[in-house]
Amino acid sequence: MAEEGREVKPLSIASTLDMPYSYHAGFYYSRFLKELRDNKRLVGVKCTQCGKVYVPPRIVCRDCFVKMEEFVPVGHEGTLLAFTVTNFPYIDTTNGEQKKIPFTAAFIRLDGADSNIVHRLDETDEKKIKAGMRLRAVFSDTRTGDYFHDIDHFSIIKDV
Amino acid sequence: MIRRVGVVGFGQTHHKSRNTECSGQELIAIAVRRALESAELTMADIDAIVIGNMDHFESINSVDMWSVDGSGGYMKPIMKVTTGGTTGSAIGHAGFYHAASGLFDTVLVIGWEQNSESDTTAAISTCFDPITEREFTAGAIGPLAAQYTAYMNKYGATEEDAALVSVRDHNNAALYNPYAHLRQMMTVDDVMKSAYVSYPVKLLDMCPRSDGACAVIFAEEHRARKIVDSPAWILGVGDCHILVHLADGIGLANLPSLEIAAKQAYKMAGITEPFRQFDVAELYIPASTAGVTWMEALGLCGEGNGPSLIRGGETDMEGKLPINPSGGVLATNPIGATGLLRIGEAAFQVMGKAEKKQVPGAKAALATGFGGCFWSDVTVLSSTTHLD
Repeated sequence: MAEEGREVKPLSIASTLDMPYSYHAGFYYSRFLKELRDNKRLVGVKCTQCGKVYVPPRIVCRDCFVKMEEFVPVGHEGTLLAFTVTNFPYIDTTNGEQKKIPFTAAFIRLDGADSNIVHRLDETDEKKIKAGMRLRAVFSDTRTGDYFHDIDHFSIIKDV
Repeated sequence: MIRRVGVVGFGQTHHKSRNTECSGQELIAIAVRRALESAELTMADIDAIVIGNMDHFESINSVDMWSVDGSGGYMKPIMKVTTGGTTGSAIGHAGFYHAASGLFDTVLVIGWEQNSESDTTAAISTCFDPITEREFTAGAIGPLAAQYTAYMNKYGATEEDAALVSVRDHNNAALYNPYAHLRQMMTVDDVMKSAYVSYPVKLLDMCPRSDGACAVIFAEEHRARKIVDSPAWILGVGDCHILVHLADGIGLANLPSLEIAAKQAYKMAGITEPFRQFDVAELYIPASTAGVTWMEALGLCGEGNGPSLIRGGETDMEGKLPINPSGGVLATNPIGATGLLRIGEAAFQVMGKAEKKQVPGAKAALATGFGGCFWSDVTVLSSTTHLD
């Protein structure tokens, strides 16, 4: 312990671990990502028992625990519930590089959905953003099956 | 039929930003030794050990075995529990379950973290769904910051309200807690002038990440009464997990998992008027904003009344219900230990052993844990076996 080992300068041993992962998206996310990539469509899944629509789609309803199989389209527009303009540096867990800042994380309820999504908003001046604003998805021209690429970002709808 | 269980011992390290003098095992040993000393016990008195941290901070997988060089768990039953930010409170509850079940009489619970060994925000970000959420959720800071924009929008709370919480907790740490990581006196103006790390959360609104460890000893009633004159009885526990989709937690201005966990714990403990019945609270408030928004989930004020509760000063050391005499999470955050520190500090309050942090005459205390995708733990402790 510190008080007993002062005569030795404590060492730190570096570990530069390179531990790549490949996450299996599964049926529900794959269906969601494929619709996005091939058809520029956003789909959710509906619980036959309580009627809630979940985006992104998932196998069971959180409340009813019944298997959900009815895929339904949801809007490309939605309402901003909460946001934050992140402005501190940290390591991007997807590639190990420094995250590009600032960026705005937007928590959005898409029209027709009963759950929320998170994506990037292309406005980083917090004075111009307010919860309750209407947003629209902006798609990438080249789509690859990556949610955070195929939807490039969300924008504030100016004409409301 | 569960057995009555009390906290009989509590020890912690001096928490720091970067403790290069100690390995994790050495940190654990210091906390364990101090907990045993506080209860005048030896390792031979311990029947079982529960240990917890968040694996990805140190990238050490079988911590239950690895830690034996510090924990003293050689040839004893050891269980590792890890539940993200709530790890510390979850291991506290697991210690309670061990003793309450009748299987073990005296249980040592250890929470620890050597956060300076890796990038904390990157590690926390791995809590979030890798395909649909991780990209734009900046560790713990981003989600907490976003929640406050929803709360401000709904109830008219301000950034100054959050700054009041920050001043309360930081100054308590500076004045009363020699173990705290950050011991810096500050004013609302200091907080308001600090830079945004993630709007609306500023640098002085956000907890640090610390290197540190904490140990708490739980014992069933007959053992507990032999060990100390006045154990801190665990009268109620509540745990509530939500779901991985972080956006569903943040979209709400409030914290439903905390409300449900509190209801469970209060029902078990007989708490019907929390603001009147509790004498002190040690709350897991990782950003000052949460110190405004989560009070209503605990039943300490009505919906949307967090700001007026904070502005009125009732949660300051001289108020009716002092919150975080230790300085709480805003001053000290060795993540796997953070929730257990709340239980340990709350226990020492009702045992009358909180020294400079002591709220005079405290009988009933509230402790909470928070973590991951907005889930919650609640613990009710008291110096008496029943509450008025």
